[in-house]
Amino acid sequence: MTAEMKVLTARFDTDGADRYEGSVASGGYASWKKALGMNPADIVETIKTSGLRGRGGAGFPTGMKWGFVNREDTPTYLVCNADEGEPGTFKDRELMERDPHSVIEGMAIAAYAIGCREMYIYMRGEFGYAARQMERAAAEAYDNGALGRDVFGSGFNLDMIVHRGAGAYICGEETALLESLEGRRGQPRLRPPFPAQKGLYQRPTVVNNVETLACVPHIIQRGSDWFRGIGTEKAPGTKMFSVSGDVERPGNYEVPFGTSARVLIEELAGGVSGGKTLKAFTPGGASSTPIFGPDKLDVAMDWESVQAAGSLLGTGAIMVWADDACILRSMLRFTHFYAHESCGKCTPCREGTYWLEQMFSRLESGRGRDEDLAVMMDVQANIAGRTFCALGDFATAPVISSIKLFEAEAREHITKKGCPFER
Amino acid sequence: MNDGSPRLLGVPRLPGPPQRPLTDPARADARRLIARYPDARSALLPLLYLVQSEHGFVSREGIREIAGMLDLTSAEVAAVATFYTMYKREPMGRWLVSVCTQPPCALRGANRIRDAIRNECGIDDGETTEDGMVSIEEVECLCICDGAPVVAINYENYEKLTPESAVEMIRGLRAGEAPPKPARGEVPQPNDAAHRELAGLNQKDRQGAAP
Repeated sequence: MTAEMKVLTARFDTDGADRYEGSVASGGYASWKKALGMNPADIVETIKTSGLRGRGGAGFPTGMKWGFVNREDTPTYLVCNADEGEPGTFKDRELMERDPHSVIEGMAIAAYAIGCREMYIYMRGEFGYAARQMERAAAEAYDNGALGRDVFGSGFNLDMIVHRGAGAYICGEETALLESLEGRRGQPRLRPPFPAQKGLYQRPTVVNNVETLACVPHIIQRGSDWFRGIGTEKAPGTKMFSVSGDVERPGNYEVPFGTSARVLIEELAGGVSGGKTLKAFTPGGASSTPIFGPDKLDVAMDWESVQAAGSLLGTGAIMVWADDACILRSMLRFTHFYAHESCGKCTPCREGTYWLEQMFSRLESGRGRDEDLAVMMDVQANIAGRTFCALGDFATAPVISSIKLFEAEAREHITKKGCPFER
Repeated sequence: MNDGSPRLLGVPRLPGPPQRPLTDPARADARRLIARYPDARSALLPLLYLVQSEHGFVSREGIREIAGMLDLTSAEVAAVATFYTMYKREPMGRWLVSVCTQPPCALRGANRIRDAIRNECGIDDGETTEDGMVSIEEVECLCICDGAPVVAINYENYEKLTPESAVEMIRGLRAGEAPPKPARGEVPQPNDAAHRELAGLNQKDRQGAAP
C-alpha cells in the first residue's frame, strides 16, 4: 500500500482533465454550483472548521483570513498567489498545468465567500505554459457560464484576470505581490494595515496560495469533517511535497500531513540516487532551513513537528543531497539567490546578502580564512530580525546550515585550500 | 553609450539603440490592456512586455510612451522596469535561453550544461550571439525540479538535458530551425510573440461583470 493520497492530484493522470469538459466529467465545478446556493458566511464557517491552512509557506488559517474581510465593504478582491519561486518547489506549477480548472473553482468559491466580483491570479512571469493553461481555462469557464455575468444562472457576476509578474521572487510575499499588481516595484508594505483591511487598491483583499485554493472545492463538496479526518489535528488535509535533487524519482507526491520525510524520500521518491547515503535534506525549500541531516528522516512533515525539530515546513520542498555532494557549494548558490532577489529596501538584507555571497565564494574557492566562519555568523546575526519582511531571515539559513551543521566540512575547505568534493 | 539623442533631465538613459515609436496596432493593444484594470497603473507590467514584443527590449522610447499613457514620469516607469529580471535593457535574441543552476538542477549537472552552452555560443551571461538568434542567461529556480537539469527557451522548459543535448538544441536554433516540442508544455514562440502573450494579449477580456 502506498502512502500517497490523491485529492488535489486526483485528475493528474486523466487525459483531458485540463479542459472544461474533462474537468466537469470528473466532478469539476460541482462544488462551485453547490457554493452558489450557500450563504457566503456559511462557506467561510465551513473553511474555518475544516482547519485549512495556507500552503504557501506560512500556514495561516485560511478561513480566519477570509473572515477578516468585511464583504459588505465593496469592492473586495481575491488574489491567487501563483508566484511560485521557492527553490525546489514545483507543486503550484504542476497543479495549474494539469488541473487549472480546480484552481479557478477554488478561486471562485473564495471570491463568492468574501463578496468579490473581480478576482486576480498573479502568475510567476517565467511560467509560460502554466499561465497559458490558466488563460485557456478561464476562457472556457467564461464560455460555459462558470465565470462572467450571472454565473450558472445564480445572478452572481464574477470576472477573472490572469496577471503575470516579471521575475522577482519577493513578489511571492503577499504585500509585495499587491504592490507589483498595482504596477510598482515589488517591495513589501508595512503591516498593519493588513491586506484584509487595505489590500489591492487599498480595498479589503484576500491573498491565497494556489494549492490552498485548490483544496477549497473538495472541502465544500465533502465537508469539513472529511477534511479534518486527514492529516494531523493541527494540520488537516493532504499536502503536495516536491521531492528533488539526489533521489531516484524526483516529483510531487501528495500525502496526508504528518507523513514522515523518510516515506517521501525513501519510499515514494525511490531513495537516494545510485544507492548513495543521504547527507542532508531541506524540509521545505531554501527558506525553510536550517537543513536536516539523516537523523531527522523520521520527523513528521507538518508545521508543528518540523518546527519542533528546529526548522520550518515552508512550501514542502524536499531537496536531497547525497553524501558525495558539497553542502557549501549549494549554500553559496542559495546565498547568491537571496542576494539577487533581495528587493533592496532594507540595508541589512541588501548589503548583508551581498557580503555573505562574497565570503561563501571565497570559502568554496579555497581562499577562506580561519576567522571567516565567525564573521559570517556575525553578518547573518545582523540580518536576522532586522528586516522588513522574512526574506532577510531566510537569507541567514544557508549560513546557519553550513556553519552550524557542517562546520567540519566548511573548515575542510579552509585547511585544504579548496573544495574537497567533486560536485 | 551615446546614441546621439538629446539628454533630458529626468529621462533615464538606458542602453540599447534608438527605436521607432510604437505602431498604431500596438497602441490599440496598450489601450486594451489599460482598460482591463480598475487602476490604469496596473497595466504597467503588461505594457513593458508589450514594448519588449515591439522593440526586443525595454527601450527608452517605449518607456516614454508608457509614461505618457499612464500619466507617470519616465523615471517612475524606468524604476519599475529595472526592478524585474524579465525586462531587458539590451535587445534580446530571437530565443532567450535560461539555464537554471539552483541545487536541484546543479546536483544533476546544470553547471556543465551552462558552460557547454556558453562555449557553443562564445558569449557570456546576458549576452546575445552576433547572428541575433540566441541570448543566454543563468537563472534562479524555474520550479520544475522534477525535470532537472532544466533549460528554458522563451519560457518553455526542456527537461533532463545533457551538455550534448543542450548544445544540439542551441545549434538548431542558430541554424534557424524551430525548437523541438518539450516533454511538458508547448513549442516556444519567437521573442515577439512570446512577449505579446506575456503582456496578456491572448487572454479573453473580462465579460463586463464587474461594476
